[in-house]
Amino acid sequence: MTATAITTTHFETAAPVIELSGARKTYHTGDIEFEALRGIDCRIYPGEYVAIVGPSGSGKSTLMNILGCLDVLTSGSYVLAGEDVSHMDEVALASARNRRIGFVFQQFHLLSSLTALGNVELPLIYAGVAPAERRKRAMVALERVGLGDKSRNHPGQLSGGQQQRVAIARALVTEPAIVLADEPTGNLDSHSTRDVLGMLDDLHAEGSTIVLITHESDVAARAGTVYNVTDGQFVGTGTEIAK
Amino acid sequence: MRPADLLASSWRAIRSHKMRSALTMLGIVVGIASVVLTVGLGLGTQKDVSEQIAALGSDLLIVSPGSSTDESGMRGGFGSGTTLTRADADALASTVAVPDAMAVAAEKTASVSLEYGESNWTTTVTGTSTSWPEVRSRELLYGSFFTDEDVDSGASVIVLGAETAEELFGTAAVVGQDVTIDDDTYEVVGVLSEAGSSGDTSLDDMAVVPMTTLVEQLDDSGSSESVATIYIKAAASNLLSAASQEAESLLLNLHGIAAADDADFTIDVQDSLLDAATSVYQKLTVLLTGIAALALLVGGIGVMNIMLVSVTERTREIGLRKALGAAPANIRNQFLIEAMILGLSGGAIGVAIGVGLALALPSVLGSTIVISGLALVVSVVVAVGIGAVFGVYPAARAAKLAPIDALRDQ
Ligand SMILES: Nc1ncnc2c1ncn2[C@@H]1O[C@H](COP(=O)(O)OP(=O)(O)OP(=O)(O)O)[C@@H](O)[C@H]1O
Ligand SMILES: [Mg+2]
Repeated sequence: MTATAITTTHFETAAPVIELSGARKTYHTGDIEFEALRGIDCRIYPGEYVAIVGPSGSGKSTLMNILGCLDVLTSGSYVLAGEDVSHMDEVALASARNRRIGFVFQQFHLLSSLTALGNVELPLIYAGVAPAERRKRAMVALERVGLGDKSRNHPGQLSGGQQQRVAIARALVTEPAIVLADEPTGNLDSHSTRDVLGMLDDLHAEGSTIVLITHESDVAARAGTVYNVTDGQFVGTGTEIAK
Repeated sequence: MRPADLLASSWRAIRSHKMRSALTMLGIVVGIASVVLTVGLGLGTQKDVSEQIAALGSDLLIVSPGSSTDESGMRGGFGSGTTLTRADADALASTVAVPDAMAVAAEKTASVSLEYGESNWTTTVTGTSTSWPEVRSRELLYGSFFTDEDVDSGASVIVLGAETAEELFGTAAVVGQDVTIDDDTYEVVGVLSEAGSSGDTSLDDMAVVPMTTLVEQLDDSGSSESVATIYIKAAASNLLSAASQEAESLLLNLHGIAAADDADFTIDVQDSLLDAATSVYQKLTVLLTGIAALALLVGGIGVMNIMLVSVTERTREIGLRKALGAAPANIRNQFLIEAMILGLSGGAIGVAIGVGLALALPSVLGSTIVISGLALVVSVVVAVGIGAVFGVYPAARAAKLAPIDALRDQ
């Protein structure tokens, strides 16, 4: 394991990648309103490794969707890499996701009809990158997660841990401002979990900004900063974990 | 997103669901194949009929006795009157009065029993003049037609239709033989080439004699001057209506009738038969095409139905693509192009099957099927259009899916 020696303090010198102010999200189900986020303020700086923890139903995934530009705030503002995305339309949000965000999902979400390489190429297709360039970059990303030899395998021909590594390669390939991982180890056995978390540690060591959502405290322990969400609010301030 | 990637993405989606894609196409295949067939059948039948009518001579005027003034269809004495005479025919043949007529032949018929040796055959014998082969567009297979001298003298000569000759003589030589009608002997001078049939009447089971011979020896109608029909062949088909007007005014004059509405004869243009037939077959084609269009509509609804299923089934894929940066338009276009590719493939297969059947069926059905290149191109375009039209709604549904809901879908 590497990267444990990386310092996790003094990011404040650079401009934040993520700046949430007074973030509120209200869901409407029929006549019932439910406020899933109740005023969250948060800054995440380049190179930070942040974990978000909290009980089930506390609003972690809601926050993740907001941070990933998959959904918009009811009120408050969200500035992503210097761009105010709070009032963007769907098309602009799609572009922001494509350029700024790399997702890693609990269910991997790989397309079974595509090879590992094809899956990693997907975000570049929507970015309009030409095929040759695309293939080269996707290959580099796959090699980075140690799957250079599995590029032609379809997801069904890969282990769970390998599938999640393909998903990580896909998240990296666009060189996003931030990698968002929602329970990335939720569907993995302990061996694969170690594998994937090691991967994220490596990325962090190489300078990626990572936001990880998790239930498990030992997973959160790897992050530099831990935010605790309860009932749609941060409890206390971000805890910097001394390694 | 690059257009080539959009196409590739749609194509892959179709290929990865072969069975579903095939079922989606099926409706279009059936619809397009039936369009190709019905249009081909309609055009083919029209062609057959046109050819049959054209064979009768499209530059022909048919003058019949009796009036046709009653528009309700009651034709007073039509075809059975005695108002047309041999003198009328002679007058019409004058190049001065009817300059646009090339040839005129009057016809009068009688039913007779022909005998040769042991053979005996009943047929219709037509009395006419020597211009008859030209007017009726008939040719001789053997021998020659009778001459003007034969007509003047009322000679006992006869020309037989091909079928009649075969019935009487079998394969034996015919020209120069004698046949007997009511114990009178007639010399066979010629045999007509085959001409098929016009409606129910065979053009090959007949006999032709000089008008004088018919009137003097065979006709027992009692009116020796009247004729059944006068055929006028126009000098050219574009002179048909001019010839018709000239003939009408001459006959009105000869019959001492002032108003054309009171005419005691009717002039029909062969072309009007053609027009009537054409309009019937155009209606038939429209009807058949309507049925085929219905089949296509059903095919289109099939496309929409299965595309909607596909959108539902691929909700997670749509969510993922959106999360990775696909704009709503990218998703919409992918589904739209999928539907259009299905339409195009279905259309192409349908055209192939339709053409295959069009080539195979005529030998079974005995009817002509005309394969029109335009119809084929239009069919494929229509098939793609159906894919597009019926793909719009499912594609819009896919484009509208919110990425979080789509990703959460199990
Ligand atoms: N689309 C929605 N419509 C209505 N309510 C919603 C919607 N999405 C989430 N919620 C509600 O918002 C609250 C927070 O949900 P969220 O998914 O963010 O929780 P979570 O912290 O991710 O929980 P878990 O750890 O179980 O994944 C929950 O009470 C949930 O019922
Ligand atoms: Mg969650």
